[in-house]
Amino acid sequence: MQLLVVEVLRGWPGRSGASCGSWCLLGGVESKRCHPASRNVRDPSGPGCAGVVGDNSPGSHYCGFRRQRSAVQRQRDLISHSQITRLYSRFTSLDKGENGTLSREDFQRIPELAINPLGDRIINAFFPEGEDQVNFRGFMRTLAHFRPIEDNEKSKDQNGPEPLNSRSNKLHFAFRLYDLDKDDKISRDELLQVLRMMVGVNISDEQLGSIADRTIQEADQDGDSAISFAEFVKVLEKVDVEQKMSIRFLH
Amino acid sequence: LLLLLSLVCCSAAVYVNEPNLSKSFLPHYEPDHGDAVSSSQDMRLHVFTVDYDYVQIPYEVTLWILLASLAKIGFHLYHRLPRLMPESCILIAIGALVGAIIFASDHKSPPVMNTSIYFLYLLPPIVLEEGYFMPTRPFFENFGSILWWSVLGSLLNSFGIGLSLYGVCQIEAFGLTDLNLLQNLLFGSLISAVDPVAALVVFEEASVNEQLYMMIFGESLLNDGITVVLYNIFIAFTQMHRYEEIESIDVFAGFARFFVVGLGGILFGIVFGFVSALMTRFTHNVSAIEPLLVFMFSYLSYLSAETLYISGILAMTACAVTMKKYVEENVSQNSYTTIKYFMKMLSSVSETLIFVFMGVSTVGKNHEWNWAFICFTLLFCLFWRTLSVFALFYISNKFRTYPFTFKDQLIISYSGLRGARSFSLAFLLPVNLFPRKKLFITATLVVIYFTVFIQGITIGPLVRYLDVKKTNKKESINEEIHVRLMDHLKAGIEDICGHWNHYQLRDKFKKFDNKYLKKILIRDHQPKSSLVSLYKKMEIKLAIEMAESGMKISKSSMASLQSDSSRRVHRLSPTEVESMRDVLARNLYQVRQR
Repeated sequence: MQLLVVEVLRGWPGRSGASCGSWCLLGGVESKRCHPASRNVRDPSGPGCAGVVGDNSPGSHYCGFRRQRSAVQRQRDLISHSQITRLYSRFTSLDKGENGTLSREDFQRIPELAINPLGDRIINAFFPEGEDQVNFRGFMRTLAHFRPIEDNEKSKDQNGPEPLNSRSNKLHFAFRLYDLDKDDKISRDELLQVLRMMVGVNISDEQLGSIADRTIQEADQDGDSAISFAEFVKVLEKVDVEQKMSIRFLH
Repeated sequence: LLLLLSLVCCSAAVYVNEPNLSKSFLPHYEPDHGDAVSSSQDMRLHVFTVDYDYVQIPYEVTLWILLASLAKIGFHLYHRLPRLMPESCILIAIGALVGAIIFASDHKSPPVMNTSIYFLYLLPPIVLEEGYFMPTRPFFENFGSILWWSVLGSLLNSFGIGLSLYGVCQIEAFGLTDLNLLQNLLFGSLISAVDPVAALVVFEEASVNEQLYMMIFGESLLNDGITVVLYNIFIAFTQMHRYEEIESIDVFAGFARFFVVGLGGILFGIVFGFVSALMTRFTHNVSAIEPLLVFMFSYLSYLSAETLYISGILAMTACAVTMKKYVEENVSQNSYTTIKYFMKMLSSVSETLIFVFMGVSTVGKNHEWNWAFICFTLLFCLFWRTLSVFALFYISNKFRTYPFTFKDQLIISYSGLRGARSFSLAFLLPVNLFPRKKLFITATLVVIYFTVFIQGITIGPLVRYLDVKKTNKKESINEEIHVRLMDHLKAGIEDICGHWNHYQLRDKFKKFDNKYLKKILIRDHQPKSSLVSLYKKMEIKLAIEMAESGMKISKSSMASLQSDSSRRVHRLSPTEVESMRDVLARNLYQVRQR
């Protein structure tokens, strides 16, 4: 039995340095919470948790229990336990190899994703640079972008690190779907590729080309025939990104 | 405004003269007409005769319609007026004016408003137009909330108002004790029939966000069906002589009937919609009858449903919604335009007539005034609506991604305008069952006038003042593309999380649709070529438009080309942008094409 402890909630949006609980899981046969359901941090000497390192998978971790307290309103900032449990069980159900990580093939087995025009790119977004496996922490980190933005978060302290589900980060996520070579610009070719994926086979290349040209022309302000992130943000300023890129149950 | 007034005066003058004319001029030639005045001149052939009685009814109806249309024209010509008050106000005012004229000249107005005419001829066009032009995608996206709000809201309102009024009636001092519970409940149900056309117009003009618009729109659509069903149920109950005979089994039967009526209506409508779509598949040689098919089938669905005492309104709406998608692909361009405009015309005529009747009955002897009843009615209407809005939305907000804010809810509760529907239902109450019908009519009229005039006029400024969240009309291609990207992204992430939602349901439906339904119902359906032919159609349209507006574009594009010679990218005209957007819109959701 492996003791896989994942420090899930560290860096979770809204926590910004607040105390993190930990989620102690026994991978493999069953998963058990090793400390009670409150988010207040407990002693590492809680039952069943040996503070041992996990195993082979890269990026899995240590059992780090933090003790910092945070503001009273912390309760609302966090993802609820039931959701984490749910997502963890989804993670394990996708993980056919049962090694605590997901590979690209695991994602491609999801039928609806296979027919999503942007399926491959979305899958890529989960995997950090150059890696082929993603663990639960990375999984949650990517999903964190899609948490709805709460009203009370908007007025939180501005000097903490920006939460992952801020508007700017959401837009950045979408931007990265276009920008494969990561040069912070969407070139005409990159745009054409995405357009072709979304539109299918029914539009001729010339028509698509002129649509792409028009798109770039509309957004481009510095004349480099490509859309930079700032221009991307500007063009979408009237769009309700917070709603379009939020998934309710991640609340 | 002057023009309007002069038109009104003209028509009024003509109108007043008519009855006089028919009396002063000699009646027509036939000797057995038996008029005592003309005895000496019977034998001669009259060079010029006037026969008014023969054409009286159609003549007056036409005159009314024309008058109202002229008023509408005048209304829109004067720019500031539409911002001040909704169109319904003008229509009611015209109606009242006509009523005043009729009353003053003591003219026997033609008896054109009775149950059968209203339900068979005047109501269907309005319902059809609403159903046909319903924006389906936002409607179904918000379907849960709309259903929850309309059904429960109407029920809550009806019962609330009815029961409160019953409570008020029990108080001896008001002299209303002869109104029993059923009558009050019936009144409650008919007064809660909301007619927010004016509110919708204001919303559209202020471009409020789509969800808000859809809630009101959806509410008005479903509210119709529910109110009429409730009305009929209560009338049936009232007819069971003494209401002590109503046992709980009848109440249960009432509930069950409610569901049967509602769901049955929708089912009927869908069946008829498919049949008519199937018919239009074969009409490419006789395209002149295509509009006829559309109208007749919808009307038939309405009538068939009414035969079985199922909600014809819901049937017709479901028929229109189902039919629209497939019919649009099958019919020729001309038929499509014809259908569109004819439908609008019919519904406009119906609405006008109803408002005129309303105005006509305002001025007359049909009234009974009772301060308590009327004031309490008004009070309860406002109170119960606000209560139901806040209560129901509090619950439904928990299930929505995008909860309705307090401002939104305030607007929704304020836009509960009553209109012609309540009036018609009140007018059609059978007098033998409702000895105090006049009281109901008066109360209804007061509520309508209050809501239309006062609420209608103030809702515009209120919306602007509260600065409700606005919709973003997509202005650019960028927005279109990137928003589609985000939709796909969101769907993908939701699939990864294993979360079921609207998008998947819609995709499943689209898949089923493409595989089976479209093959049967649309002629020459080949998924690829239909898109190509659509694309060709759009190119042709674009070419025609460019040729027509050739002068303007060539001048402006020349100027822009000269000034921006550094940009080598080809500047596209607005029409081209439009066509690109349409092409994208149709294609960017073809998820299954891979």
